[in-house]
Amino acid sequence: MRRFRIQTPLGRAVGLGSAKSGFGHWWTERITAAALVLPAIWFAASLIAHSGSDYDTFRRWLREPINTALMVLLLVTLFWHAALGLQVVIEDYVHSVAKIWALIVMRFACFALAAVGIIAALRIALGA
Amino acid sequence: MERMTTKRARPLSPNIQIYRPQLTSVLSIANRITGVALSVFAVVLVIWLAAAASGPAAYSQLQTIIGSWPGQILFLIATFAFFLHLCGGIRHLVWDSVRAFELKQIYASGWAVVLLSAALTVISWLLNLLIAGHS
Repeated sequence: MRRFRIQTPLGRAVGLGSAKSGFGHWWTERITAAALVLPAIWFAASLIAHSGSDYDTFRRWLREPINTALMVLLLVTLFWHAALGLQVVIEDYVHSVAKIWALIVMRFACFALAAVGIIAALRIALGA
Repeated sequence: MERMTTKRARPLSPNIQIYRPQLTSVLSIANRITGVALSVFAVVLVIWLAAAASGPAAYSQLQTIIGSWPGQILFLIATFAFFLHLCGGIRHLVWDSVRAFELKQIYASGWAVVLLSAALTVISWLLNLLIAGHS
């Protein structure tokens, strides 16, 4: 017997789905991945071109507005994507209370590293 | 009473070590391993920026460490991990759009990812030697 459902599939998924916040995580992981492609290629190309540079050349390079912007965008997207990816790894291999602590420490570390990186990049870009 | 407090070793379902490694499974775990490795290298990126922000002395000290043999080997690993994760990630995004999901295509794209990552690693190091090596 076919049961008639008045609820739409979307309504059912939103209300009762097992995914909970899983879809948001999955989707954000993809969006940050796609957003990372361009800054990542820029970063690799920059390293190829400037890895042997002295301090002043490097500073001049990072002070160019496009490079400052891309560096900040790279740091934001990179650590966002890293936090989402590492979360899955931790959830798969670490269990019980250790899992919760690992997740908290990992997230704090990602936020802190992104903050330190952005502040450092801005200090070079805007500093005297 | 002891039997109630000690945990019996429960049988495990067949685990990864009994399966023959295949391109699909190896690339799957490689994407995860390179992701974790690149997270560690992201810490190096932040240290590098922080060193550069604190002054020329710290910057040149870090350049020396990166320029050393262990530093260069780590950087070579990082380059390959970077390209493998980038190419593998794009492959995943293509799959997520429900394309190229036939077994034949999966193997073709898998080998493409491996070869492209190796080629891009070699090319970027040669380019780097060509550009930075002469300055």
